Amino acid sequence: MSFPNTAARQAGRRQLRPQPRLENWRTWFVLSSLLLLFAILLGRGIYLQGFNEEFLKEQGDQRYTRNLKMEALRGMITDRNGELLAQSTTVQSIWASPRSIYLLPKGQERPHDWRQKNDEEQVPVSLTEIHKLSSQLGVSDAELLKKLFDERVNSKGEAQKRPDFVWLKRQLSPEDAKKVMALNIPGIYSQTEYRRFYPAGEQLAHVIGFTDIDGKGQEGFELTRDKTLAGKAGSRTVIRDRRGYIVEDISTIVPPLDGQTLQLSIDRRIQYLAFRELNSMVERSHAVGGAIVVLDSRTGEVLALANAPSYNPNSRTRIDPAHRRNRAVTDLYEPGSTMKAITAAMALDAGKVKPTTVINTDGGRMTIGPATIRDDHPGGSMTIEQIMQKSSNVGAAKMALMMDREAMHTFLKNMGFGEKLNTGFPGEAAGRLRPWKDWRPIEQATMAYGYGASVSVMQMARAYQVFASDGELRPITFTKLVAPMPGRQVIKPETAQAVRKMLEMVTLPGGTATRAQVIGYRVGGKTGTAKKLVNGVYSDTARVGSFVGIAPISNPRIVVAVMIDEPAFEMRYGGLVAAPVFSNVVAGTLRILGVPPDSPTENILLPPPGAPEILEET
Amino acid sequence: MIKQLWNRIRQPVDAWLFLFTCLVFALSAVLLFSASNQDADKVMNKIVFMGVAIGGMWVIANISQATLMRLALPGYILGVILLILVELVGKTVNGSQRWLNIGITHIQPSELMRIAVPLTIAWFFHHFEATLNWKHFAGAAILLAIPVALILKQPDLGTALMISASGFYVLFFAGLSWRLLGLMAAAGSTLVYVVLQWDWCINILHEYQCRRIATMLNPMEDPLGAGYHIIQGTIAIGSGGVTGKGWLNGTQTHLDFIPERTTDFIFAVFGEEFGLIGNGLLLVLYLLVIGRGLMIANTASTLFGRLLAGAIAMTFFTYAFVNMGMVSGILPVVGVPLPLVSYGGTSMVSILAGFGILMSIQRDRKLMKR
Repeated sequence: MSFPNTAARQAGRRQLRPQPRLENWRTWFVLSSLLLLFAILLGRGIYLQGFNEEFLKEQGDQRYTRNLKMEALRGMITDRNGELLAQSTTVQSIWASPRSIYLLPKGQERPHDWRQKNDEEQVPVSLTEIHKLSSQLGVSDAELLKKLFDERVNSKGEAQKRPDFVWLKRQLSPEDAKKVMALNIPGIYSQTEYRRFYPAGEQLAHVIGFTDIDGKGQEGFELTRDKTLAGKAGSRTVIRDRRGYIVEDISTIVPPLDGQTLQLSIDRRIQYLAFRELNSMVERSHAVGGAIVVLDSRTGEVLALANAPSYNPNSRTRIDPAHRRNRAVTDLYEPGSTMKAITAAMALDAGKVKPTTVINTDGGRMTIGPATIRDDHPGGSMTIEQIMQKSSNVGAAKMALMMDREAMHTFLKNMGFGEKLNTGFPGEAAGRLRPWKDWRPIEQATMAYGYGASVSVMQMARAYQVFASDGELRPITFTKLVAPMPGRQVIKPETAQAVRKMLEMVTLPGGTATRAQVIGYRVGGKTGTAKKLVNGVYSDTARVGSFVGIAPISNPRIVVAVMIDEPAFEMRYGGLVAAPVFSNVVAGTLRILGVPPDSPTENILLPPPGAPEILEET
Repeated sequence: MIKQLWNRIRQPVDAWLFLFTCLVFALSAVLLFSASNQDADKVMNKIVFMGVAIGGMWVIANISQATLMRLALPGYILGVILLILVELVGKTVNGSQRWLNIGITHIQPSELMRIAVPLTIAWFFHHFEATLNWKHFAGAAILLAIPVALILKQPDLGTALMISASGFYVLFFAGLSWRLLGLMAAAGSTLVYVVLQWDWCINILHEYQCRRIATMLNPMEDPLGAGYHIIQGTIAIGSGGVTGKGWLNGTQTHLDFIPERTTDFIFAVFGEEFGLIGNGLLLVLYLLVIGRGLMIANTASTLFGRLLAGAIAMTFFTYAFVNMGMVSGILPVVGVPLPLVSYGGTSMVSILAGFGILMSIQRDRKLMKR
């Protein structure tokens, strides 16, 4: 076998042969251009593989790895006994890829043996198929055709490519979706989604709120606890080939973290009762609205919170924003006479008066500067208890004026006014308590009977909770507690007990709220009938009738605050419009909670027949 | 007896060229196994083709230069007739008319011309060796232009370019004057400049060809359409890095992102799995093959041998350069396989036929020396 000759030997032969050789420059030209071109290739290789490697690697990865989102199941919301209040279930949503289909002319069908040649080819769809689809989806043919085949034009008037994705119908039941998919129309797909159901419907709408169609919390606890409820979507990193088929899972699967169950302090039975009673009273009294709060006075847990009007969170139709307001927490009102219990507690606690101290109400008139305070049921000298029972404005004002401004301000703050409740509820109102330095005597006096300070129903309920729990102010909570949270002693236990006794007298014959009585239980509370500020002027006709009370008085368990906004004029009194709601709700609640009766009386103690009912006007 | 047979078998074979070819073959079989998603049948198929091609090479290596010269002109004329027949009654596949039905099977006459054109032009120069002047160059140019024009008409730009190149190499080695060469270089670069302009290109070439050129200049303009091949090619090569992702581990390859990954784009698979190092190795192997070819040309005993050997070696180089350049994104996409590596029998057979001729030229030199 012959091996290549050395250059020297070649040179030797060259001389022997007379034939024309390749000129020198030609040889060099060939060799150098050959090497140069290979050097370019190598250079390109170095450029791609040495310098651009990272970038191109990433580009490559992008082409085959995909992060798929794995939806987490949204957590349930239950009441304190584990009853379902909100739950997510699987539904199917139908979507289409308009870009991948085109419409056949009328009367034409897709041949049975039609096959797609490649991924890019558009699939013909006939009008009959569109009709089948639209009737199955429950939409009109025209609407469907518009969604699928309308040419879109951008702002410059240029025709846009038809979209790759459009929802045809969201959240169908799995059975309905199956029927749609059985039509086997190309370019139509279904996707699993979750839909939220609220078994309690409108009863609890304001507390729970609702989610939007994409599962995001919009109102109530669905909004404030969105993070814990939503959980964390997991992800799956997969390798896909060019056609998009998943080839394999890469090891890093992050499983979705399902949302946590939220257990509320609400008792669905009490909630139902409260909502029903409130709603029927709002309807009967032709009121604008109303709110009710039921607190467990021992723990500060909210057992029920209802507003009227309400809405159905299961319905996706537009909800009137007025119906969405959680009045009990977000709306402020001037409380009127329900404030007098707080005023009395202040004077008692400061040692300015005793329950039996007699105050001269000056025949129900009191003049401070240019202003005059009047009583509805003028009397002469009254004990503090009587002032409460008859709801004397003058008496309350005189008690307030015994205090210096700063001390009164501090006391009101201690009772939780002018501060947020921090229940975590969206849009919670703090209420308005003006700085004491600006107070004029008339303001201090009117504040004593609930004008000039604005509060929410929830704040009012919490203030009365102090009386129910011997002077301890507890934080309000909507979630079920394992153990009661520590409270803060804001008044002496004796003061609380004294106020409770006065509150009970209000419901007894001679008081303004006999209709608040409950068979078998001793209850106590205070009515309020506050004039509403309309455009900066106290209205002659618009009132807020309210009642805040405690039951049972001997061993308090619950606090119930009822507020009815602008009832019909003849129903305007808190004792008429709010006290009956209180009575019914307390009766039911105490029975549900299994609280033993504390009253030997089997009858309601009504005023003697013929005696006029005492109804206060502040 | 056995020794005699052995001698008979190895006698016409050039050991170095055969060794380098086998090295590239070995590499290509390993690579094909990965590129075909571990399709052993395909690899087996390729090995069979290798055997056939090597057999063909051996047969041709046995043919003497004199016989080759005698075959040149008839082969050329036959080829041109077949090309005309293709034009008249050829079979159209994918928009171009390349195939001819000869009863038993379909043949692609342009493949025959890959060898016949340089062979004939080399014979032509050899025939007029004593009186060589510019008229002969003009005649050779016409010999070249006829089949190229017919093939362009099919249209098959890739083959036409390769045949033009092989013919040009013969002219070059025959001593094409450097003035003319300069003129051709100027004309060539003008033409390149012209086809790079979309508006002018469209008047000369087919629209799809112009689109390929435009795409090469800016592949990102249409990443899912025309630019797809180039982008996937560069991504695959680049993501291999210096050392490569390893055999069978090329993600772009195995997820089907690389188009034509066993044929024209197999270099992308190679670059991805074997990296810059493999890349360099393949270049070195090719250089060795080409270098051996040029050496044979340099030592050939006749002008015919020298011209033909030089043209074959340089054509091989051109295949390699154009394919690698196209896959790595510096040349437009033209259907040129990676020589000896791409899956496909025809190209392998015609390349090894060329190597057979190289060996025949080399053997004749030895005989003459004796």
